[in-house]
Amino acid sequence: MIRVVLPPHLRTLAHVRDEVQLEIGSPVTRASILDALEARYPMLRGTIRDHVTLERRPFLRFFACERDLTHESPDTPLPAAVVEGAEPFFVLGAIAGG
Amino acid sequence: MSGVRVLVGTRKGAFILTADGKRERWNVSGPHFAGWEIYHMKGSPADPNRLYASQTSGWFGQVIQRSCDGGKTWETPGGGMTKTADGMPAGESNKFVYDTSPETGKPLTTHQFYDGTQHPWEFKRVWHLEPSLTDPDTVYAGIEDAALFRTSDGGKTWQELAGLRGHGTGPKWQPGAGGMCLHTILLDPTNARRMYVAISAAGAFRSDDGGKTWKPINRGLRSQYIPDPTAEVGHCVHRIALHRSRPGVLFMQKHWDVMRSDDAGDSWHEISGNLPTDFGFVIDVHAHEPETVYVIPIKSDSEHYVPDGKLRVYRSRKGGNEWEALAKGLPQQDCYVNVLRDAMAVDSLDKCGVYFGTSGGQVYMSADAGDSWTPIVRDLPAVLSVEVQTLR
Repeated sequence: MIRVVLPPHLRTLAHVRDEVQLEIGSPVTRASILDALEARYPMLRGTIRDHVTLERRPFLRFFACERDLTHESPDTPLPAAVVEGAEPFFVLGAIAGG
Repeated sequence: MSGVRVLVGTRKGAFILTADGKRERWNVSGPHFAGWEIYHMKGSPADPNRLYASQTSGWFGQVIQRSCDGGKTWETPGGGMTKTADGMPAGESNKFVYDTSPETGKPLTTHQFYDGTQHPWEFKRVWHLEPSLTDPDTVYAGIEDAALFRTSDGGKTWQELAGLRGHGTGPKWQPGAGGMCLHTILLDPTNARRMYVAISAAGAFRSDDGGKTWKPINRGLRSQYIPDPTAEVGHCVHRIALHRSRPGVLFMQKHWDVMRSDDAGDSWHEISGNLPTDFGFVIDVHAHEPETVYVIPIKSDSEHYVPDGKLRVYRSRKGGNEWEALAKGLPQQDCYVNVLRDAMAVDSLDKCGVYFGTSGGQVYMSADAGDSWTPIVRDLPAVLSVEVQTLR
């Protein structure tokens, strides 16, 4: 089971209180996580990546296992700890004021 | 029992203010969508409990929210666990994609950027939502970069009315300080095929075939900040208003100059008259007196606060040129707030109510057509929009 931690505003939008758990076949990648996440929570489509190009929104970042995966290819297999559910995959808003 | 519902969009959420017909005691609900920018909320004239809200964020983009119970609960249309016929998840309520199909769309051109170079069209947010006068499921959306979209399924899916962006003048449109936004959508209550839109900085446009084709209606506008001050497009129109009994008469607050048209926009003439400054954002018309018009003069250019530290609404009872300052109940010293283009509205109770919201978070109302004012709330986040529903 893949564990995904969303930023607070997206948890509110998706009506979830804690981390999200997703069943995903291998290989587990950022793209496959986001595909599964948007399929289960359609209201999140367009909020993490563009509807059409699937490009990451500029102010969002992805972390896992204390690593910044933001600039990895979306099709790069994620660390084993994420695949095994030992570590969550984080979607984070970039730190900025306002 | 009559009443009013005031829909307030702010930089950090939405608020709903309600009162009975006396408009003396107010209930404040919110913040809804806390932390998000709410550019606009508006109710359906055909079903007052149907509300739509544009919720945006620099981090997470655009979300459309819908309420079917007057704002008590909200949903993202199509955002639930529904599926389309081919099994794909629905939920395209926030999907605004320019129409480039050869059948209905136009190839995406570029538009002018701030420095005069050409720049690609990019969706940023929904500035204004205008529900149909007759169908609660049909809503028009004015977006940045400027284009007009429509939903006919209650906000689940949106399609561009590409004849506007694609009619030919698009490459001459340019952004104003707030971006290149389509901020005004007016539906003619006597002619279902006629509608008006306004864009900063392109100008005003009219369709006489339900939004399929468009033409610029800017003759008479004069703008010193473009190379040809009387050009067909390029004018920074801030807001247009009309009275539903006389929809061919339009009032415009432009970036400098308050203007009037008596021929559905075919020609305009200036009515700034004795205003202390002819710059401002809002303009609106009294609910029962089509010649009574309201503006709030603002200092240009980048100051963007009221002149002399005094917050004053100006009212003309003669359709322009002769304006009186309305200050009773409004701060008359050390006040430096702005009032943005979508932040004024009127109710249609017997004595017309007038409402506006400020960048300082106050929402003021007058229950006597502007003669006196009182704050409903004083300390909201900066107000982006104010709409009023008269409930009967």
